[in-house]
Amino acid sequence: MSWEAVIGLEVHVELATMTKLFCGCRNEFGAEPNTNICPVCLGLPGSLPVLNERVVEFALRLGEALDFTVPTQSIFHRKNYFYPDMPKDYQVSQYDEPICVDGRLAVDGVEIGIERAHMEEDTGKTTHVGGGGRIHDAVHSLVDYNRAGVPLLEIVSHPDMRSAGQARGYVSELRAVLQAIGVSDVKMEEGSMRVDANVSVRQAGTSELGTKVEVKNMNSLRSLGRAIEFEIDRQTELADAETRIVQETRHWDEADGVTHAMRTKEGSQDYRYFPEPDLVPVAPDDEMRARARASATELPTARRARLVEQWGINEPDAEVLLGVSGLADYAEAAVAAGAAGADATKWIVGDVLGFLNETGAPITELPLRPDGLAELLVLLADGSLNRNLAREVLAVCLAEPKRPRAVVDERGLAQVSDEGELGALIDAVLVGNADAVADWRSGDDKAKKKKRGFLFGEVMKSAKGAGDPKVLGPLLDERLGAE
Amino acid sequence: MSAEAIAAAVRTGERTARDVIDEHLAAIAARDAELHVFNHLAADQARAEADAIDAAVARGEDPGPLAGVPVALKDNLCTRGVPTTCSSRILDRWRPPYTATVVEAVGAAGGIPIGKTNLDEFAMGSSTENSAFGPTRNPRDPARVPGGSSGGSAAAVAAGFAPLALGSDTGGSIRQPAAFCGVVGVKPTYGAVSRYGLIAFASSLDQVGPFAATVADAALLLDVIAGPDPADSTSVREAWTPVLPTLGEGVSGLRVGIVKELLDDIDADVLARVHGAADALAAAGAYVGEASVPAVRHGLAAYYLIAPAEASSNLARYDGVRYGLRVDGRDVADMNARTRDAGFGAEVKRRIMVGTYALSAGYYDAYYGQAQRVRTLVIRDFDAAYQDFDVLLSPTTPSTAFAFGEKTGDPLSMYLSDVCTTPTNLAGHPAMSVPFGTGANGMPVGVQVLAPALGESTMFRAAAVIEQAASSS
Amino acid sequence: MSEITRADVEHVAHLARMGLTTEEVTALAGELGSILEYAAQVSALDLADVPPTAHPLPLVNVLRPDEVRPSVDRDEVLAQAPATEDGRFRVPRIMAEES
Repeated sequence: MSWEAVIGLEVHVELATMTKLFCGCRNEFGAEPNTNICPVCLGLPGSLPVLNERVVEFALRLGEALDFTVPTQSIFHRKNYFYPDMPKDYQVSQYDEPICVDGRLAVDGVEIGIERAHMEEDTGKTTHVGGGGRIHDAVHSLVDYNRAGVPLLEIVSHPDMRSAGQARGYVSELRAVLQAIGVSDVKMEEGSMRVDANVSVRQAGTSELGTKVEVKNMNSLRSLGRAIEFEIDRQTELADAETRIVQETRHWDEADGVTHAMRTKEGSQDYRYFPEPDLVPVAPDDEMRARARASATELPTARRARLVEQWGINEPDAEVLLGVSGLADYAEAAVAAGAAGADATKWIVGDVLGFLNETGAPITELPLRPDGLAELLVLLADGSLNRNLAREVLAVCLAEPKRPRAVVDERGLAQVSDEGELGALIDAVLVGNADAVADWRSGDDKAKKKKRGFLFGEVMKSAKGAGDPKVLGPLLDERLGAE
Repeated sequence: MSAEAIAAAVRTGERTARDVIDEHLAAIAARDAELHVFNHLAADQARAEADAIDAAVARGEDPGPLAGVPVALKDNLCTRGVPTTCSSRILDRWRPPYTATVVEAVGAAGGIPIGKTNLDEFAMGSSTENSAFGPTRNPRDPARVPGGSSGGSAAAVAAGFAPLALGSDTGGSIRQPAAFCGVVGVKPTYGAVSRYGLIAFASSLDQVGPFAATVADAALLLDVIAGPDPADSTSVREAWTPVLPTLGEGVSGLRVGIVKELLDDIDADVLARVHGAADALAAAGAYVGEASVPAVRHGLAAYYLIAPAEASSNLARYDGVRYGLRVDGRDVADMNARTRDAGFGAEVKRRIMVGTYALSAGYYDAYYGQAQRVRTLVIRDFDAAYQDFDVLLSPTTPSTAFAFGEKTGDPLSMYLSDVCTTPTNLAGHPAMSVPFGTGANGMPVGVQVLAPALGESTMFRAAAVIEQAASSS
Repeated sequence: MSEITRADVEHVAHLARMGLTTEEVTALAGELGSILEYAAQVSALDLADVPPTAHPLPLVNVLRPDEVRPSVDRDEVLAQAPATEDGRFRVPRIMAEES
C-alpha cells in the first residue's frame, strides 16, 4: 500500500506595528510583565476595542503579495472560550468573512493554495510554576498580559503540501515574503511566527482526505521538518497496520523527537462564534487598496532570480542573502558603490554574516557600510591587497568605524608584489630551510608538492601575509628549479 | 430646583455649589436608609468638587452648563477609584482604574457625581429586585418597585436626591423605571452617546441616557453626554446637534402615530393616559393618527435571544482571574465555576445560560440567527411607519409600578413588562418616557415618545408639549 | 426544541463555566425550557429572504492611527487582583492544554 502525505499549515504572524490591534499599548517583545496594558487589552469591564489602521494596511499588503482576493467587506467575530491568558474569555477574530481569501504562494515551482488570511488578537502569556515548568505538573500559573491584544494575521493554507520538505519550503518562502513586505520580523524562535501543521495520509492516487492530526509546538524550521516527518511515519505505520488514526492534537517534543497526544478536555470546543458587536465592518476602499498595491515591493522569488542572473551567483547564496533581514539590501548597495556582485556576495555570506551571527548585531548597526565594503573589494580586485590582507582589513572594519583604505595605510598592509622584495624573502627562506629543500629535491611529485606548499607558507609568513601569490608562486618555483 | 436653574444660579454666584450639594446630601441622609437608592455615596468627593466649582466661579471662570448640579450615576458606569459593582457580588468593591467617557463629560460640564445608584444585577431586570445588595424602593410608594434595571437612578431623581441621573437602557431600563417613578427618562439613538466605560450587558442594544424631573433638564444632560467618542467604535461620527435650543418649538404640523400593536394587553388606566397625551398633542396642532409596526409583536422574543446571547459573552470575563470575587478551586476551571456560581445571582445565571444555549452549536441559526433577522424586520417596519409619521406614541409599560415580589416567581412575566420598550433597542432608535398623570392606584404613568434614528430634536419637542399638558391638567 | 434536559443544562453550564448545584440544574431546566419556548416563536417565522442585522448603525471602517497611548498603572491594576506574584496574575494550575 502506497501512502501519500497531505499537509496543510496554519501560520500565525505577529505584526510589526507600534501598537496593539485594538488599543494604543506598545506592541513590544520582552517588556516587564504587565507594563503594556490598558483597560482595553486587559478586557476590563466597560472597555471597548478600536481597530488599528496599520493592521488593515498590513493585511492588504499581504493580500497583494500572496495574490489574495480582498472581499468588499469583512467583519470580526467573537470566538468564545475560557482560558486564563484570555482577558475577555473570548478572542476577537474573524470567522466566515475574513479580510483575505483565495491566495497562493509558489514554492520551488509548485503553487500552494492559501485558503484565507485573517486578523485576530493574540493572548497573554502563561508561565507554569512548579513541576519543571510543564503545564501538567504545575502547582500554579502566572499570567502576563503584555502580549494580549498584539495583532496577528492567521494564514491558513490549503492541504496542498505533500512532504515535510515542501512544508519547510512553504514556511521559508512565506517568511521571506512577510519580511519583504515589512509586516513582521517573523522570528520563529521569538514567537512572532508560529506554525501548526495538519497532517493526514491517504492511499496514493485517491482524492479523499484521511483523518487529520494537528501538530503543535514546532519552534523552528528544523523542528517543523522533523515533526512532520515523524508524524507522516507514525500515521503511515498505523495505516499499514490498518489501525485507526485518531483525530487529535499532538504536541511535538523536540528533545525526544516524537509527537505526543495532548491532554485536552473531552469533546470538541464549541466556540459559539457570533459577529463582534463592538466593532463595525472593514470595507477596504479604493484608496486603501491602491496604497497596498503601491507598497508591494519586489517579491523574494523575483529578486532571487534577478540576483542569480545579474551577478552570476548560485541559488543557495542568493537564498542566504534574502533570508537575513537587510543582507540583500546591503549587497545591492555595495554593488551600486562599485563592488562586483559575485565578490560582494561571497564576502557577505561568508565573513560578514559570520560576524553578524557571532555578535548578534543587525546589519544596520555594522560600522562597515556598503560603500566601505565596496572600497575593500576594489582594493582586492586591483591587487593592492591579497585575500589574507583583505580578510585582516575586513576584520578591523567590521568592529570599528574605519575606512578600509585608512586601515591599509595605518598598518602598512599593502600587498608585496615587487619581485626584488619577494625574491629576497624567498632566498632567505630557502637558506633557512635546507632540509625541506633537500626533501623537495629528492622527493616524488607528491612529496614535491607538499614541500613546495610548506616553503610557500614560510615565505608568506615572512612577508607577514602580504605576499602577492601571483608573483610569489612562480618566483619560488623558479628559485627551487635552479637548486 | 431644576438643574437648569441650579446651574444658572451657581454660574452667577447667586448660590454656591457647596450649598447645593449639602442640600441634596441632607435629602439623601433623610431618606436613603428607607429607599436604598445608593450603593455608594461619594459625599466627601462631591463636597470637594463643589468647593472647586465655587473657587472657579470666584475666579471669574465658567464651570459649564451643569455647574454645581449633583448627578447620580448608575453603578455600571466606571468611576476611577470609586467602587463600581453593577450591584453584583462578583464585582463587590471593585475600583476601576479609569472613568467612563460620559462621566468625564459630566465633570467637564461642571456636574458633580454624587454617588453610584443601585440597579438590577448587571442591568438584567425590570424591578431592581435582582440587585445583590437589596432592592431600591419606589419613592412614590415604598411598597412598590421603582422599575429596572436603572431603578436607583430613577428613584434618585424622583426622591429629590439629585436633579439629574444617568442610567443605561438595553430593553427599556431607563424608560420603564422613569415611568414607574414619575420622572423623564431618555434612551438616545444607538451610538449617540459613548459606551466607553459602561459595563456591557448587550453591546448592540445598550445605551447610556439621562433621567430628570423635567424634559428640559433631560435635554440639558443629553446635550452634555452625546457626541462622537474615538474610544467607542460604535459611536456616531458626526457632532451632536443639541436638542435643548429647539425644545419649545412646539408640534404644529407634526405627524404623530400611535403604534397600534403596542396597545395590546395594556392596563386600561395606562391606555387612557396615552390617549390623553395624544389629545394634548392634537390640541397643540399635531396631526395624530394610527401607526402600524407589525414586527414589534416579535420584538420581545428576539430581544430575549439577542440580549442574553451577547451578555453571555460579555460576562465571561468575570472569572476570578484579574479582579473581583475569586472562590478558590482545585484548578483554574474549577475556580472559574465556583467563582461564577457564588458571584452571580439567579437572573444573571439564567440569562447567561439562555444566551450560551442560543449561540451553541446547532442552535445558532434557529435562535440568534433568526433573532437578528427579526431585527431587520423591526427596522424595516419602523422605517415604513416613519414615512407617514414624524414621531410615534405608545405606553411605556403595560402597567404602573407593581409590588415587590409580584413578578419574581416567573421570569417570563417579568420579561413581558418590556414589550413596549424592546423594539426601539432592536432598531437603535431613540425613545423617551414622559410622566403623564397617574393610574388607578395613584401611581405615575409614563407615555413613550419614539423617533427615527437621530430624531431626538423632534422627539423632545413632542415630549415638551406632553409635559406642559400634564402639568396643566 | 423547548425540551431542555438536565444533560443539556450541564453541558451549557460547562461551556459557560457556571458551577451549578443540583437544585439549580433542575430549576434551570424548567426555566430555560419556558424561556426558549417563548423565544422560539422567532424560529417558526419564515425569514429566508431577510438578511440579519448585526449592527443598528450603518458604520464601516472606524480606525485609529498606530500611535502609542499611555498604558494603565500596573500597580493600580494589580492591587485589584485576587492573587499576584512577581508582577503577574496568579491562578491555580491549568489542567487542560489550550487547543
